[in-house]
Amino acid sequence: MRDINISELERKFQEKIDNDVKIEPNDWMPEEYRQTLIRQISQHAHSEIVGMLPEGNWITRAPNLRRKAVLLAKVQDEAGHGLYLYSATETLGADREETIDDLHSGKAKYSSIFNYPTLTWADMGAIGWLVDGAAIMNQVPLCRCSYGPYARAMVRVCKEESFHQRQGFEIMTQLAQGTPEQKAMAQDALNRFWWPALMMFGPSDADSKHTAQSVQWKIKRHTNDELRQQFVEVTVPQAELIGLTVPDKDLKFNEANGHYEFGEIDWTEFWEVVKGNGPCNKDRLDARRKAKENGMWVREAANAFAAKRAARKSA
Amino acid sequence: MTKKEWPLWEVFIRSKAGLNHKHVGSLRAADAHMAIENARDVYTRRSEGISIWVVESNNLVASDPSDADSLFEPADSKVYRHPTFYDVPDGISHM
Ligand SMILES: [Fe+2]
Ligand SMILES: [Fe+2]
Repeated sequence: MRDINISELERKFQEKIDNDVKIEPNDWMPEEYRQTLIRQISQHAHSEIVGMLPEGNWITRAPNLRRKAVLLAKVQDEAGHGLYLYSATETLGADREETIDDLHSGKAKYSSIFNYPTLTWADMGAIGWLVDGAAIMNQVPLCRCSYGPYARAMVRVCKEESFHQRQGFEIMTQLAQGTPEQKAMAQDALNRFWWPALMMFGPSDADSKHTAQSVQWKIKRHTNDELRQQFVEVTVPQAELIGLTVPDKDLKFNEANGHYEFGEIDWTEFWEVVKGNGPCNKDRLDARRKAKENGMWVREAANAFAAKRAARKSA
Repeated sequence: MTKKEWPLWEVFIRSKAGLNHKHVGSLRAADAHMAIENARDVYTRRSEGISIWVVESNNLVASDPSDADSLFEPADSKVYRHPTFYDVPDGISHM
């Protein structure tokens, strides 16, 4: 009897999804859908938060006050994105503290792009342009994701992202038009971030184990390879326009079909970084753990202050 | 300190005078006052609001989605509550 009910619930659930009816927190959903979303949204949240570190590294060294204010605002936005997303995981019944502890213990993943170091100011340009650019490509289809709270968070995030990419491209453009040293710095940043940016779309479709189910549930609307191709199509002309060279000797425009063809991604590097062996994995996790430990007194102080304020009110 | 975690708050924002407060999401804060300050930083960084409500999530009571059919059925069967239910002769205006 119970089995019949479950399959009936599952049928109705899929029917809603097929008709583009959003799933909301209290609606019935298959356990696997819930777990898939918790995993994906929390990974996304962790990426926003860990993603603050490589850029935070340059706030005190921004070349002028305008750049500094802009970078600060961008990094603050990323904190906001993390918070929207942690809230979305809580609507699925995930415990926020456990979610964060899973990041700190290394159990949870985050985007491997943030395990690369930011060596020069030009990296702030490359990150805004390429990393936020790739993130936008991933996030725009998520605005139509079947899970309501995730989709709504993504709408907000996407609105905020567009300035992130522009400020990065502005940095790259100005460096590319500057002195030969500045141009070389911009080119070097592009050289280091190009391939990791392409890896942001995840393993190729052939090796991606979650794609088919996620597409059926409309958590995902496009495959990794489709999004990666789209990113290459829009980004290569942007590089050309500002006089920078994409570091891929196999990159060519196919006149016959109107698409770019690009070289093979180094998947060994990708999996090594995912496994925790990237240049900065350890630094990033250490920084997050320290932030929690050293910030604990703030949480406690806020609780103490709240208690005091409540006592004063009832007195 | 007895409670370890800050409670969860639902945030509602009035985007401009004349409009309803609308649910925008949730956040954690030690008390209502701090929830409003946090909501200012998390949900209104680009002038999205002129007024904020916060309600502790525990205090929110919601209808059960599985009851939706029976809960809203009475409204579905009363088409005569809509103006389109009525025949109006041709030539009649201002109605
Ligand atoms: Fe972001
Ligand atoms: Fe961003």
